[in-house]
Amino acid sequence: MGPKSRITLVLVLLGFALCIFIERSGLLSAYILQISMYVGINIILTLSLNLVNGYMGEFSVGHAGFMAIGAYVSSIITVRVFHNQMGPLVFPLAVIVAGIVAAATSFVVAFPSFRTRGDYLAIVTLAFNMIVKSVLENIDALGGPRGFMGMSRLTNLANVYAWCLITIYVVRNFVYSNFGRAVLSIREDEVASNLVSVNTRQMKIMVFLIASFFAGVAGGLFAHVMQFINPRSFAIQKSTDILVMVYLGGIGSIFGSVLGATVYTVLLELLRPLGVWRWVVGPIMLVVLMICRPTGIMGLKELSGLIPREEQVLKEKEGADVVTASD
Amino acid sequence: MSLLQIEGLTHFFGGLKAVSDFNLELANGEVVGLIGPNGAGKTTVFNLITGVYKPSRGRIRFDGHDLVGLQSCQIISMGIARTFQTIRLFRDLTVLDNVRLGHFAQARYGIRDALMRSAKFRDEEKRIKDKALELLEAFNLTRYAYVPAKALPYGEQRRLEIARALSSNPKLLLLDEPAAGMNPREIDELLERIAWLKDEFHLTIFLIEHQMRVVMGICERIAVLDFGETIAVGAPLEIQTDPRVLEAYLGKEVS
Repeated sequence: MGPKSRITLVLVLLGFALCIFIERSGLLSAYILQISMYVGINIILTLSLNLVNGYMGEFSVGHAGFMAIGAYVSSIITVRVFHNQMGPLVFPLAVIVAGIVAAATSFVVAFPSFRTRGDYLAIVTLAFNMIVKSVLENIDALGGPRGFMGMSRLTNLANVYAWCLITIYVVRNFVYSNFGRAVLSIREDEVASNLVSVNTRQMKIMVFLIASFFAGVAGGLFAHVMQFINPRSFAIQKSTDILVMVYLGGIGSIFGSVLGATVYTVLLELLRPLGVWRWVVGPIMLVVLMICRPTGIMGLKELSGLIPREEQVLKEKEGADVVTASD
Repeated sequence: MSLLQIEGLTHFFGGLKAVSDFNLELANGEVVGLIGPNGAGKTTVFNLITGVYKPSRGRIRFDGHDLVGLQSCQIISMGIARTFQTIRLFRDLTVLDNVRLGHFAQARYGIRDALMRSAKFRDEEKRIKDKALELLEAFNLTRYAYVPAKALPYGEQRRLEIARALSSNPKLLLLDEPAAGMNPREIDELLERIAWLKDEFHLTIFLIEHQMRVVMGICERIAVLDFGETIAVGAPLEIQTDPRVLEAYLGKEVS
């Protein structure tokens, strides 16, 4: 283990200690604690959607649909199957199953959509989001439009933090591999990508599965913070929020997604006194951003700490003659 | 032994016949040129070979395998690589990543190795990187390794495209107008490079070219297309004096 990974390990453990300390000590109000968990859940949602919309350059607009599936599946498991018993033991499993079911559903969406290219995915995912919402509204066993309740508050800061780290770790490892480079090449030029031996269709489905898995996980965590979910929480508006966070933070950037999700979530809370007007501020901010910085705050740039060591440009090592982008 | 066999290749765009009954065999190690006026269907032939279009009729066999109906990525991993008439690099990716992408089909690790950063993943990534850097070295591009491809000068971008094509370890290289936009000195350099490529990487080369000088200089055989029809196949000298070729290029003699 190198010195860098040792520091990372210590930081991760300190983070866990901090999470547990904050929750036990009652240092922060329940409100702030709840917002912190939302931030974490939104980071998972943003980062996973960034894989599809940012890194791969496709346009999926139905992320909340997969989140809904995760939320309902995990709630059914904890409430209906286990009757809120053994909560802390069952919950991690329920969240994983939620992710797997969401991913399996995404396969049904991805398979036909990726036969063609372009705007097709946007239309299919939009329809998917609407279908999920109306199906949930019409299943009386799940509460229909009134929603589903009875979940205990199983989500805590520590497990949101853990899932955030897992998401970041997985996305980073994926992006800095052969697969990640292939995904980036699909955004640049899909035909050329195919013609340098990348199986573009397979790659697109793989990315979509990973993204939906984490959307399902986020849904599971969300349901057990709120302890109440209804189909309206997962409407197109929710998907739009996630899109805003992706493009605000920056496409193709892990740190950008963390930043985008944090800034947007906190900002919306700070603007609460504005009442309905806060829904105007967000979109205006986005329009201004798209004009000034179309790829988002961190667009296609990465915090160097998140780039694996072997991918960093080592000027001294490769020789002084290396030209860098800034030249 | 013939590496590539094309038989009766025909392709329609709507009602337009882009390529009509095209036949050609490429022997191992040959350099063959495909020439013809603009719109003669040359690039379409390349697109049919590499699976960008599915031919309306005809057979393409490569190294004992039937190519018709396969996806482009499958065809490329069988050992065919190509460049494009207009440069199609991944502009925002670094020069190194462009070349590493050509290794996609050869990487012997799966998604689990990548996500867990297994030893297999690290070994393979190192092998790919070393091979890519080796190629960059051979193409005199090492100093640009970490620059986005779009920042390279034109000539270097052309070189990078060939380097990227070679990274998939092909047996057959398809070059689509490699000399486009080059001045005479650059063309000389290119001709030398192609000759070197052929020996160094044991390649069979099939190239499309506009400029007679290029094809006459390096091709052992030449096929001439005009309006999708093959009007002549033969050695450079025969082609140069073939009346039908002269007609297609220069127009009919006034009698």
